[in-house]
Amino acid sequence: MIRNIYVFGATSKIAEETIKHFAKESANFYLVGRDIDKLGIVSKDLLARGANKVELETCNALDWEKHPATVDKADNSIGQLDLIFIAHGTLPVNEDIRNNQMKVIEEFNINCTSIISLCTVASDYFEKKGKGTIAVISSVAGERGRQSNFIYGSAKGGVTKYLEGLRNRLFEKGIKVITIKPGMVDTPMTKDFKKGLLFASPSRVGKEIYKGIKIGRDVMYVPGYWKIIMGIIKSIPESIFKKLKL
Amino acid sequence: MNNINYLSFNKYPKLYPQSIITLGWLTDLDNLRINPLSLCYGMGKSYGDVCLNEGGTIFDITNLNHIIDFDEKNGIIKCEAGITLDKILEFVVPKGWFLPVTPGTKFITLGGAVANDVHGKNHHTAGTFGSHVTEIELLRSDNITYKCTKNENRELFCATIGGLGLTGLIKSVEFGLIPIETPFMYVENIKFDNLDAFFDLNEESEKLFPYTVSWVDCTTKGKKMGRGIYMRGRHATKSEVNKSFEMKEGAIPFPIEARFINNFTVKTFNKLYYSKQLSKISTQIVPFEPYFYPLDMINGWEKAYGKNGFLQHQFVLPYDNCKKNMQQIFEIIVNSGMSSFLTVLKSFGDAKSPGMLSFPKKGITLAIDYRMEGNKTLELLNKIDKLVSKNNGRLYPGKDARMSREHFHQFYPNFGEFQSYKDSNFSSSFYRRIK
Ligand SMILES: Cc1cc2nc3c(=O)[nH]c(=O)nc-3n(C[C@H](O)[C@H](O)[C@H](O)COP(=O)(O)OP(=O)(O)OC[C@H]3O[C@@H](n4cnc5c(N)ncnc54)[C@H](O)[C@@H]3O)c2cc1C
Ligand SMILES: NC(=O)c1ccc[n+]([C@@H]2O[C@H](COP(=O)([O-])OP(=O)(O)OC[C@H]3O[C@@H](n4cnc5c(N)ncnc54)[C@H](OP(=O)(O)O)[C@@H]3O)[C@@H](O)[C@H]2O)c1
Repeated sequence: MIRNIYVFGATSKIAEETIKHFAKESANFYLVGRDIDKLGIVSKDLLARGANKVELETCNALDWEKHPATVDKADNSIGQLDLIFIAHGTLPVNEDIRNNQMKVIEEFNINCTSIISLCTVASDYFEKKGKGTIAVISSVAGERGRQSNFIYGSAKGGVTKYLEGLRNRLFEKGIKVITIKPGMVDTPMTKDFKKGLLFASPSRVGKEIYKGIKIGRDVMYVPGYWKIIMGIIKSIPESIFKKLKL
Repeated sequence: MNNINYLSFNKYPKLYPQSIITLGWLTDLDNLRINPLSLCYGMGKSYGDVCLNEGGTIFDITNLNHIIDFDEKNGIIKCEAGITLDKILEFVVPKGWFLPVTPGTKFITLGGAVANDVHGKNHHTAGTFGSHVTEIELLRSDNITYKCTKNENRELFCATIGGLGLTGLIKSVEFGLIPIETPFMYVENIKFDNLDAFFDLNEESEKLFPYTVSWVDCTTKGKKMGRGIYMRGRHATKSEVNKSFEMKEGAIPFPIEARFINNFTVKTFNKLYYSKQLSKISTQIVPFEPYFYPLDMINGWEKAYGKNGFLQHQFVLPYDNCKKNMQQIFEIIVNSGMSSFLTVLKSFGDAKSPGMLSFPKKGITLAIDYRMEGNKTLELLNKIDKLVSKNNGRLYPGKDARMSREHFHQFYPNFGEFQSYKDSNFSSSFYRRIK
């Protein structure tokens, strides 16, 4: 039973659409994000939908020294956590930043380092408690490096690999680690994109993630058809792939 | 930027905005610069140009989709204006509440429902959507948010209901819901042979049922002109639903079937539809979706009209001489041979909406789709407009792409008053066409 939920990046559309479903089951939430006003909007929505209690905290993902305290405070205010859900991220335009060393590092830190930091805190917390679920939004972009998106892609790739190892390590301890790999989703993150057929709505993706977390899947592509698409993309030999304009 | 996504539902006219601003959060609005030629865009389910803004700015508000407050005891809900009716239903139906008024698709935003002051099958008992709105928060280009209710900023409230998006950006809407016992409908479908029969049946049904609508065949001439199926219904009670499941007769999906439409032509559709195995009166208990939203169940039916799109034309005629006047218009339509796949006939009741430019008024309304075939189509519609105008009827701006300026001013005598509440930085292709 997932009742007490900690969310980092709670103002992400995908995260919101996921946790709405837990609200219906009267869950308690500890929401962490950058913007207290937006968190307030999410909080009201969850409460209207049936959440039992919603607590808010602001923290930037890059302030990793503050990560452990957020989890402690969550435990204090809503009780022993069942789920730590990490959803934040940024999608830079590769072309604009690829030669800007400091910017590249910052993007990598938001999309990879900060997540590894949070997972370290989360696994330590759950190990002490002896149970729990860590769910993280990675991306299909982490499956293969492409010239148009390799900074974000490599950060997500790092997250995916890290989670693979973490899942392996925590398996015996009864702690679940869930890697979520969305394809293209129509959220503020992709607002400047041309929306083709492959784009999915956040509500569809959120519902699938909710179900996946409930049954405790290891790795999930959302929507599911991305598994096939990525299977094909991964199967292209590097000698050919390097010539493609992707 | 992706402005091909910002046309109207019928893909006509093809007018593109200059820029699109996707609003992520209510809080983004605090510093929003509203330049001249701005317009909100909801789900683009209007037919025509009320949601188009050629050369201007479009605010995509669909991310503003949170619930702000819900009073479960009294059935009052307040939401951000970009939430869709679909999402509201998903939330309220399991709790025993329903929309007070709903149009024939649930994939529209709350803002769109207010801006076009939409009507549903229950107009004769419930009026328009706007009649159930208790508060609107409206952001104007002076960057002030106005709380509008029946008492506070009353004129702005009335101008915004049915205000075609021209009074500002609707941030949130609070409105009252109606209680339901079950998510099912008790429905009676009755065949009728011609327009005369429709009028008789309608008079009787309006007294008995909160929801009424009929589908009419617009291809047959003579004695059978205006034949169709009358669908009247109400929310089903628990015992009706239980009984129907025991008898295993429940949940028969309603009239249209996808296979008809996939390879449809207007004539064959109407024929099949009319002669479908249906006894004179048939009674069903069905889920609310197929009753209220049959078209939502057929993905992409509107594309069957081809890339030039189509026009929807909806007018209302007052009751005086209505039978005769409607007959005359029917003859024109039938003889033109351009009749469409979807023809809906329904009556509007007395209820007066607070909206200054609200479309519904007491009488009978007819909505028809026409494939866009250039001048031929436009001339036919002009001809019908003249009769609508002569008979003191009016057209629905939310489904219009071509009515004349003169007609609009005749149909909406409050337009002069409305102008003083319009926000000078909001505009639309529709507005520039008819102002
Ligand atoms: C299959 C189908 C069936 C339909 N049946 C009916 C029916 O039975 N009855 C009926 O009345 N209508 C009906 N309609 C029409 C539809 O309900 C209306 O056009 C509705 O207004 C569309 O809402 P939308 O969210 O798509 O808005 P859009 O089409 O995107 O915009 C409509 C208007 O609302 C304004 N607007 C949208 N959001 C805001 C906001 N936040 N602030 C200010 N202005 C805003 C726009 O500027 C525009 O003027 C039907 C349409 C379809 C496709
Ligand atoms: N959309 C897609 O197509 C897609 C595809 C695959 C994977 N993903 C992943 O899905 C996750 C959610 O994205 P989304 O699509 O829901 O986009 P979104 O709505 O734009 O959400 C992004 C979230 O990340 C937060 N954030 C960004 N930088 C942060 C920082 N430094 N510190 C704290 N929070 C920060 C944002 O906070 P603010 O609200 O304060 O800005 C926002 O809540 C991300 O990990 C993204 O990489 C998305």
